[in-house]
Amino acid sequence: MSLDNYLYLSAILFTIGAVGVVVRRNAIVVFMCIELMLNAANLSLVTFSRINGTLDGQVVAFFTMVVAACEVVVGLAIIVTIYRSRRSASIDDASLLKR
Amino acid sequence: MATNNGLVYLIALPLFGALALLLLGRKADKWGHLLATAMSAGSFAVGLIQLSQMLDREAELRPVTQKLFTWISVGSFNVDASLLLDQLSICFVLLITGVGTLIHIYSISYMSHDKDRRRFFAYLNLFIAAMLLLVLGDSYLNLYVGWEGVGLASYLLIGFWNQKPAYATASKKAFVMNRIGDMGLSFAIMIAFATLGTVSFSGVKEHSHHASEAAMTAIGVMLLVAAVGKSAQFPLQAWLGDAMAGPTPVSALIHAATMVTAGVYLIVRSNFVFDAAPTAQLLVVIVGAITLLFGAIIGMAKDDIKKALAASTMSQIGYMILASGLGPAGYAFAIMHLLTHGFFKAGMFLGAGSVMHGMNDEVNMRKYGGLRKFMPITFVTFGLGYLAIIGVPPFAGFYSKDMIIETALNAGGAKGIILGSVTLLGAAITAFYMTRVMILTFTSPKRWDDNQHPHESPALMWIPMVILSIGSVISGYLLYRGKAFKHWLEPLFEEHGEHTELLPPIVVSGLALTMVAIGVAIAVIKYQLSEIDNVAPEKVSIFTRIARRDLLQDDVNEALFMRPGQAITSALVKIDDSVVDGAVRGVGKMALGSGSALRETQTGFVRSYAVLILIGAAALIAAIWVVTT
Amino acid sequence: MEPLLTIQTPETVLFWFLAPLSVLASLGMLLVKKAVHSALLLAWVMVTLAIFYIAQGALFLGIVQVVVYTGAVMMLFLFILMLVGVDSSDSLTETITGLRPIAITAAVGFGGLMVSLLGRATLGREPVGLDAANGPGNVQGLAALLFSKYVWPFEVISALLITAAVGAMVLAHHQRTTPRPTQREQSVNRFRSDSLAGAAGLPGPGVFARHNAVDVPALLPDGTPAPSSISATLKARGDVIDSAQFQLDNVDTSVVEEK
Repeated sequence: MSLDNYLYLSAILFTIGAVGVVVRRNAIVVFMCIELMLNAANLSLVTFSRINGTLDGQVVAFFTMVVAACEVVVGLAIIVTIYRSRRSASIDDASLLKR
Repeated sequence: MATNNGLVYLIALPLFGALALLLLGRKADKWGHLLATAMSAGSFAVGLIQLSQMLDREAELRPVTQKLFTWISVGSFNVDASLLLDQLSICFVLLITGVGTLIHIYSISYMSHDKDRRRFFAYLNLFIAAMLLLVLGDSYLNLYVGWEGVGLASYLLIGFWNQKPAYATASKKAFVMNRIGDMGLSFAIMIAFATLGTVSFSGVKEHSHHASEAAMTAIGVMLLVAAVGKSAQFPLQAWLGDAMAGPTPVSALIHAATMVTAGVYLIVRSNFVFDAAPTAQLLVVIVGAITLLFGAIIGMAKDDIKKALAASTMSQIGYMILASGLGPAGYAFAIMHLLTHGFFKAGMFLGAGSVMHGMNDEVNMRKYGGLRKFMPITFVTFGLGYLAIIGVPPFAGFYSKDMIIETALNAGGAKGIILGSVTLLGAAITAFYMTRVMILTFTSPKRWDDNQHPHESPALMWIPMVILSIGSVISGYLLYRGKAFKHWLEPLFEEHGEHTELLPPIVVSGLALTMVAIGVAIAVIKYQLSEIDNVAPEKVSIFTRIARRDLLQDDVNEALFMRPGQAITSALVKIDDSVVDGAVRGVGKMALGSGSALRETQTGFVRSYAVLILIGAAALIAAIWVVTT
Repeated sequence: MEPLLTIQTPETVLFWFLAPLSVLASLGMLLVKKAVHSALLLAWVMVTLAIFYIAQGALFLGIVQVVVYTGAVMMLFLFILMLVGVDSSDSLTETITGLRPIAITAAVGFGGLMVSLLGRATLGREPVGLDAANGPGNVQGLAALLFSKYVWPFEVISALLITAAVGAMVLAHHQRTTPRPTQREQSVNRFRSDSLAGAAGLPGPGVFARHNAVDVPALLPDGTPAPSSISATLKARGDVIDSAQFQLDNVDTSVVEEK
């Protein structure tokens, strides 16, 4: 088996995550889809690390995880705040930029 | 050339008066007219001092200059703001300040009931300053400043009563027509700089000997255009009649004695240009001859006393222009006639103002008549001016006009005969229409109704008239005596020598007097010895009707320039609206349209933005895909 | 040249077993209605990925993936889900016109191009493998990089983490602008509300009841059962006995006038 298969898998998972971000309305699910995209990217990084024989890719993946954690923390806090004021977790309801 | 630091005061005094009166506003209402008169008189005094100093010097040393400051210094283009006072300028200085001061004095009384008298005097002083700058400038550019200045003052004064739309229109008409002449002057300056590299009188004079005749002709024609505009000569004569809308002292000072003669000054001052450009000189003569008859014919038909005098002014300036076009032989006589004309025409205008003053501002001569008894001083002074203008010896006009006729006859060949005939015919017509004015106004039976109370004008008004009438009696003889004036101006011109005498002077004088007698006789028969209606008769020949319409000058202008101009303008407005504005509005609409189209993408939904990001990412990948193929 | 890296058969089997599952799980994540199910499916995908990490020689990352993602982050998601409403199930019908076809087209284009690009790409050399790099141990190798070459990003990312934590606190912190109502005030408010139904407090289960059980409604003084005395959850489950049968007859509700 070629290592490329990991990369194909990564691409497919990334695409599915992207579709989810666009298609789903529940803000939490959207966030989960973003996590999926980040994880897909991490898979690529780990695979590249293996292809190159160095651990730099894994370090970057590690950083990505930290960033993802930060993003989840802040994002969920925002969701909670929006939910508190609008009683809804649908991101379509937060369309105040239009008006 | 000697310098004299006193020249600037000639201009500075009236300029100070104008600025003071304009800037102080109503605070100066009580004494403004006195200040203005004092400034004008002061300038006259400076002029007299300069004259006495000049008389003390030898003929070659008489011109003096004063450099005020370096005006323009760009590469090879250097113009100083300098003044030049020579034998020619001093005549004008004294005429402007002298007649100007008298008219200031006259206006104190004439304008005493006008609440804007201070403004009037400010403009008068502004005019004096500008006119002095015009005649004192030592280069065409300095002259141009004064040229525009008098145009401005003329505009302001013609439209002085601009609350009347007709008067405002008249001032605008004068201004616009003057612009054509001003364009000519600016072209002349440009051509002079382009071909000769200098715009000063002395520089152009120096170059005139070896410059190409084409260049000199171009400059000369353009100078002629300038003179034609400013001096109301054919074909730019139409504004002068309407300029009579201004207060009568203005008509006397600006539109009879001084400003309108600026064209003659320009041509005489540029004698070296015209001497080097015979074609331009011929044009000058033709213009003068046409205007001479043109003005005289209009003068015969006018019932408005001021317009009749204006037509006469036009005709007399035609004489001057004609004389100045005759070369060195005529320059002195042109200026001489200008000076005598300045006296008698200013005097007659003031007389006309006095008549209007006594007749409730009635200007129609058909409603005058028999005023001799009611206004004796006006009658006498006006009569002296009348005798001067028609050329009765020994009054001023006789000498100056006779000289012009004589010079015209002596111009040689067919030209001399034609010009001589024209000037003689002009003399006859002048005699006719001036006699008509005299008869209609003073000696015929009264035609005014009983609510008119004609009366003599106050002393402040008749004293200037008396002084001017004295001038119109003696100035001609004084200037003529022993060819004094000709010799006075001689150093300025280059004499060519050769004189042909077609007819001996005494015969010419006899001919001229005969023509005058014929003109006077016809007028007396037609007006003094027959009934005159107090309305202009309707059943008159087509020629009279045309003459009453100013020989169709306005109709021609309207048909040739105004209507096509309006058509072009409205077409341009349409183009401006549809094409230029359309383009601008189109750009605006495009921006708006693309904006509102783009706004559709701004739904406010995060997910639609995310889709755009996704599309962008896909496009990016596609681009990489294509690039790496 | 001898290839430096050979993929062993067990890993191939593992991949072909787990990869389709992870793809299916992530697809399911999009398609299920309940967010909780989505979270569980995502957790599965993450576990799968953790296994892949370990299989690829990234032992540390695999463990961190399980601990941080599947443990902490997914718990956080579930926690927020509980907070926002676990019951809510989303409608999957699209409300923005045309968004879904565009999204799917773009995604298919993106994925297709990506995959075809990957298929076209060539490395130009054989993969190296991590045997050498992981020589002293994967964690030691990572640590050596993290604290030397990447120490500056590491510090920056720690600052980011702290900032995010503080930010989340600031965002989620709800500042009380009015004092908390006391019991007394709550009681007064109950009496001043529009209906007096809850004025005396909800009846406790079994009060005035024939049965001392939580699924039996209380009886009001006039003998009628009080539906609000039963937990909504029990009612939703259908575990409530029809209260009508407990209604008391012949209760004299007429008010005797005291004189």
